[in-house]
Amino acid sequence: MSNITEINNEIAEHHSTLANQSTDEDYTILNLGPTHPATHGIFQNILKMDGEIIKDAEQTIGYIHRAFEKIAEHRPFYQVTPLTDRLNYCSSPINNMGWHMTVEKLIGASIPKRAQYMRVIIMELARIADHIICNTIIGADTGALTGFTYMFQWREKIYDIYEQICGARLTTNIGRIGGLERDFNDEVYKKIKEFLRDFPKALTEFTALLERNRIFMDRIVNVGGISGERALAYGFTGPNLRAAGIDYDVRVMNPYSSYEDFEFAIPIGTSGDTYDRFRVRQEEMWESMKIIQQALDNMPHGKYFADVPEFYLPQKEDVYTSMESLIWHFKIVMGETDVPKGEVYHSVEGGNGELGFYLVSDGGRSAYRLHFRRPCFIYYQAYPEMIKGSMLSDAILTMSSMNVIAGELDA
Amino acid sequence: MSTNINIVQAPAGVEGPGFFATSIDKMVGLARANSLWPLPFATSCCGIEFMATMGSNYDLARFGSERISFSPRQADVLLVAGTIAKKMGPVLKQVYLQMAEPRWVIAIGACASSGGIFDTYSVLQGIDKIIPVDVYVPGCPPRPEQIIDGVMKVQELAKHESTTRRNSPEYKELLASYGIE
Amino acid sequence: MSEITNEHLLSRLRAQFGEFIYNESTPYELATIVLRKDKITEVLHWLYNDPEFKFQFLTDVCGIHFPEAKGAELGIIYHLHSLANNLRLRIKCFVPVENPSIATITSIFPAANWQERETFDFYGILFEGHPDLRRILNVEEMDYFPLRKEYPLEDGTRTDKEDQYFGR
Repeated sequence: MSNITEINNEIAEHHSTLANQSTDEDYTILNLGPTHPATHGIFQNILKMDGEIIKDAEQTIGYIHRAFEKIAEHRPFYQVTPLTDRLNYCSSPINNMGWHMTVEKLIGASIPKRAQYMRVIIMELARIADHIICNTIIGADTGALTGFTYMFQWREKIYDIYEQICGARLTTNIGRIGGLERDFNDEVYKKIKEFLRDFPKALTEFTALLERNRIFMDRIVNVGGISGERALAYGFTGPNLRAAGIDYDVRVMNPYSSYEDFEFAIPIGTSGDTYDRFRVRQEEMWESMKIIQQALDNMPHGKYFADVPEFYLPQKEDVYTSMESLIWHFKIVMGETDVPKGEVYHSVEGGNGELGFYLVSDGGRSAYRLHFRRPCFIYYQAYPEMIKGSMLSDAILTMSSMNVIAGELDA
Repeated sequence: MSTNINIVQAPAGVEGPGFFATSIDKMVGLARANSLWPLPFATSCCGIEFMATMGSNYDLARFGSERISFSPRQADVLLVAGTIAKKMGPVLKQVYLQMAEPRWVIAIGACASSGGIFDTYSVLQGIDKIIPVDVYVPGCPPRPEQIIDGVMKVQELAKHESTTRRNSPEYKELLASYGIE
Repeated sequence: MSEITNEHLLSRLRAQFGEFIYNESTPYELATIVLRKDKITEVLHWLYNDPEFKFQFLTDVCGIHFPEAKGAELGIIYHLHSLANNLRLRIKCFVPVENPSIATITSIFPAANWQERETFDFYGILFEGHPDLRRILNVEEMDYFPLRKEYPLEDGTRTDKEDQYFGR
């Protein structure tokens, strides 16, 4: 326990005795947001403060509510993929893949192993990209801007890989229902191998800058903690839950897309504070690199798409020559394909936890009901409880370490 | 020795030993254009592309936007990046009103320009419904090069703007059409 | 996967609450029951505390609207997860649109707080006993429930979009 923490606790105790004596009128109301440099996203917190100590927080969200669930009821299935991009836009491929897997579960398609391994590589790259943002922003909020500047360059390298695969940087619309739209070409393999060769050095440098840095640790150890039981009660998933000590990872519990073939560890923390969340994300980046290496080494041969002609666009040569392919092409683009009726729930491990898709289909061209189980929306409820009794600067760090992405919060 | 650092071209004027005479408009325009301080009003995905633009690969700071300001009083350009929902509209207007003249607005991305792919009941279909916009940068999200192009267009606007434009009746009429005094 | 099969789960639920379960099925291997709405808190308590099942994680709460199902138009769908047994369960409760109210489950699962507010915001389902039931994602002044099927996606008050160019 460092000196500063002890002083913090003393002040907190002193203030709480004061609080017991003071009345409501003595508190300051401080408005944090919705536009604020340190809340990375637009959400508002009205803080009731007793000096520097936060007594309570009232949250307002919905400043970027774009009605995804209503839009999905009016779009054919393949047009929902660009919507899922914009949920957790820091790791959009994971959202895309999750949606495709949900529809594939509904129609009962079986995806070839090669496509599954390619999906795993893309999803783990997206996870690394998401964790880069979160950890560098934690650093930037404590004043350590160097980590942010150095590590964002590696996001550009990941963007390069995405561009080779699908043509877009951020909102990728990667993959198709039934597999991927094209095979990985040699450039993709070259870029991934270069990334795996060069990123460990940069990650080690970033770790050396921050992980055992005295000032950084003093700022974030024992800040914004939550216990495992409370985290489970609040529906936490993902790195935030694992930092509190519960090893729930959808990739292990309900494996999808051949994750059971890979060997990787699930890092868990002990106290659920900001430092543990930072460490869990660091370790997850190392584990993701291991998974990508294993997928590259064991990449199976075969097709990169399933045999689902009602959903997967036929090859262009066939469309020009074969009547059947032409008809499939027309039906898919016009959205006139038959979908079985039913309801399916599928979840993937997103950058922030269990990203679930609840799809109810009535056989029509669009979903009857599509609900996104968004991890940010569910665990952000616990924020007032996590910051009660801490100082304003600690509240800012807690929020950045929870990785609340506004797109996923409001959908 | 050759260098790839370009010095800004001096405006047309009369030069002599120890003095340079030109019109105030041009001097002020030159100073303003090369020191635009942006206010990043980043709401969603375009905000991440804006962060990439400020990063070292694309580096918006070369264009004079070294110091991003989150306080409207100290900013020149309002960069609206991302979807603006109807709930956020009044907040955006309030931030715009607090900016001091001269101020420019860049709408980055399809959502800020026109509502983008979100033609729904809850999304404002373009920020030009509530504030006057100078430059629209299309894209979903636009590449950092496009964002830099947008900033360069504002630089052009700032360089050639007359110093009395902000007090002119046409400008006041423009603001009045948005309900801004 | 898990040692407890869906059949076992459904049979024990049937044994305990048989007369309140209107329908049971296992679409895509996820046990699903349609429950009478006034039994929801009792069933969730039982599932939470049952030493064999331990459904102590609430995955999701959402709403749904079936305008043709007279008397049961609005539905509330709960997804539960038993982390100890790796078992999932879906519970559906339907309420009529004239009186769309159901008990809140925030006392059992604090995670349901915002999710019930979202369901209220989108469908107008009233959760009795909810600590703070008000709109969460839409503007406070909105006077209709947008995700119900009778309301359009686009904003009806627009004047600048020509319908003929947009195929409407």
